[in-house]
Amino acid sequence: MSGAGLDPRTAPKFQVAARVLVGDSQMRKNVRHATKVIQTKRAKVVAEMPDWQKLREAGQAIRQHTLRHLDFYLEQFERNCTAAGGVVHWARNAEEARQIVIGLVKSSGAMGESPTEVIKIKSMTTEEIQLNKALEEAGVHAYETDLAELIIQLGHDQPSHIVVPALHKNRAQIREIFMREMNLPDLGGTPQDLADAARRFLREKFLRVKTAVSGANFLVAETGGVCIVESEGNGRMCLTLPETLISVAGIDKVVPRYQDLEVLLQLLPRSATGERMNPYNSLWTGVDPTQKGGDGPRTFHVVLMDNARSEILADKEARQTLQCIRCGACQNACPVYQQTGGHAYGSVYAGPIGAILTPQLMQMHHAQSLPYASSLCGACYEVCPVKINIPEVLIHLRNKVVKQQSSGFHILANPEVMALKAVAQVFRSDKVFRVSQKLGRLAELPLSHKDGQGVGWIDWLPGMLGGWTQVRDLRVMPKQTFREWFEEREKNKQGANNGR
Amino acid sequence: MNGIGGILRVSLFITCYNDTLFPETGQAVVKVLERLGHTVDFPSKQTCCGQMHWNTGYQEEALPLLPRFIEQFKDSEVVVCPSTSCIAMMKDHYPLMAERSNDEGLKKAVAEILPRVWEFSQFLTQKLGIEDVGAYFPHRVTYHASCHGLRSLQLGDGPQRLLRAVRGLELVEIETLEQCCGFGGTFAIKNAEVSSAMLADKVRSVLNTRAEVVTGCDNSCLMHIGGSLHRQRTGVRPVHIAEILAGE
Ligand code: SF4
Repeated sequence: MSGAGLDPRTAPKFQVAARVLVGDSQMRKNVRHATKVIQTKRAKVVAEMPDWQKLREAGQAIRQHTLRHLDFYLEQFERNCTAAGGVVHWARNAEEARQIVIGLVKSSGAMGESPTEVIKIKSMTTEEIQLNKALEEAGVHAYETDLAELIIQLGHDQPSHIVVPALHKNRAQIREIFMREMNLPDLGGTPQDLADAARRFLREKFLRVKTAVSGANFLVAETGGVCIVESEGNGRMCLTLPETLISVAGIDKVVPRYQDLEVLLQLLPRSATGERMNPYNSLWTGVDPTQKGGDGPRTFHVVLMDNARSEILADKEARQTLQCIRCGACQNACPVYQQTGGHAYGSVYAGPIGAILTPQLMQMHHAQSLPYASSLCGACYEVCPVKINIPEVLIHLRNKVVKQQSSGFHILANPEVMALKAVAQVFRSDKVFRVSQKLGRLAELPLSHKDGQGVGWIDWLPGMLGGWTQVRDLRVMPKQTFREWFEEREKNKQGANNGR
Repeated sequence: MNGIGGILRVSLFITCYNDTLFPETGQAVVKVLERLGHTVDFPSKQTCCGQMHWNTGYQEEALPLLPRFIEQFKDSEVVVCPSTSCIAMMKDHYPLMAERSNDEGLKKAVAEILPRVWEFSQFLTQKLGIEDVGAYFPHRVTYHASCHGLRSLQLGDGPQRLLRAVRGLELVEIETLEQCCGFGGTFAIKNAEVSSAMLADKVRSVLNTRAEVVTGCDNSCLMHIGGSLHRQRTGVRPVHIAEILAGE
């Protein structure tokens, strides 16, 4: 899964991609190990909070309130950010956002020079719009400075997790990438060696490149400030050293008040990395008003991007998707993600959040297999710090997919739709149900054979049901259904009473 | 030994798949409840709770099953059902289904009936307040907590308490109690490979316990786990908790 970007428009269906990936034993081992480590850390720091459930409710309330008044808070953010010396841009979709960023980068050079390089802070929003590729095509190379993103970039790979993008790689694999791409044939294999190599590689970029691109964790409407949290300090470098900073944020990232961060900055690190606090919490508001060499950029832009978020907001049953603070806890907790890793989801948003977010970002024109990439076990909902009921949204999106598949001629091409609609008819009448139980017993007869105990089993089923018998046997239907047994028993009882 | 609240008239909602595939579970439920002194009836026009259709996205198809359920059970004193996922379907989604129907009467009926609807093990431990049902089952057993029981119904350690009170039974904890077995209804068919991978993990954990029997409160998970245990000829049997509690 290297090179080509994760694009939901061209990605194979989840089950097709997953079929290949479950065969990748190294990747599965890495993902299983990493998710387990993070989950254990998370569980520990969550357990030490006596008011964790209250905190989740507070987080949910803040996010719900913001979404209810999103227009108001966005405009408030724009006003306050502008007053502090920032420049706010609005992008309706990914293409507009890319063009705005490219234009800003090109005009950011001193004395009319057009820069050919930018440094970047890890940002899922820029991954969502495949910004690096667009910049490259416009003659600008973007250097990822987050360690994990750097590994992905140098490995010509794709992120597989929203917080830990290189979670599917282990240390030995990372060493190989660094040796090859940084031309370091003697590189050692300790974490220290790898961090040193990355530091040397990146320091030079930090000091040379004058334009940075970032995402945002939160936009504070009340102050016009932007917040980014990270673990390595590389983000802090990008925020303070370059002269121009361009931050791309989805319109869902706004929060009303500075004080709301009190809640969210407790929920986020504990959920995301199992830390009590992020090592680096950067909050900046506009630019240095004196423009005389204080810290931070001279020019600061925020690109507020919609990209289908308004459509999600309009859907009453799915809008909770936008509460997400991108902590990745649902990914670590998800038993499906643990088996497949992130690439199976064909999107930079993998795991449960990806399964609900991606099809909606595609306005249900692509990624329709993702809402089915879940056993609905609810582990995601249990850990989500802002209480998004992911299973409920998954079911809602499945309904949308079924409606698409049942319209017009599609229905004829889809045996599943036909079968489920037929079964629904059966359940609408107990008489038909009884007959079907009998017919089912007859139909399975040729497929069954008896084991040593005299019990009938089926080890092969035709068509789509074959998925079941790949690895499981199925016991045949007993001769008598429960209702037949119960009714016979009642009759015998009555018989006995009458005979009395 | 009827438990809190005296003798009850229990209406059994058996569910479509238990009715068809696992009649022995329903028979065991009847036996346990009658042994505790309660009476059991079986409204004969019941079919399915609608879970498969609702969860797969066929919500329009699931809707008519709600008024059917209400019609069958509206006069019941209590409704008991030996399937965690079907009960979770009702508790989690029936209010929304009723809401969608725009039928005030239905909304009211759903609100009235749901507090009287019980999952079998929860009925014993919470409604009746009983842990020892007087059963005997001389085997080494491990308990599989189905996700719906664990997260939606919050069964907690209720089922384990029931099992610990069974004479002769040796309960061994599974190491991955909170991990999904990979069944997920139509997920097992639509995403067969991933479901199989999840199942492989679960089966490994079951085998690690060296139990002879794997039990739980939901035959759909047990059918999935048991199907693999049988394919591999492990000799480990899936048995619904009701059948263990009926043992004597
Ligand atoms: S959906 Fe919830 S758990 Fe998943 S990334 Fe978003 S906030 Fe975190």
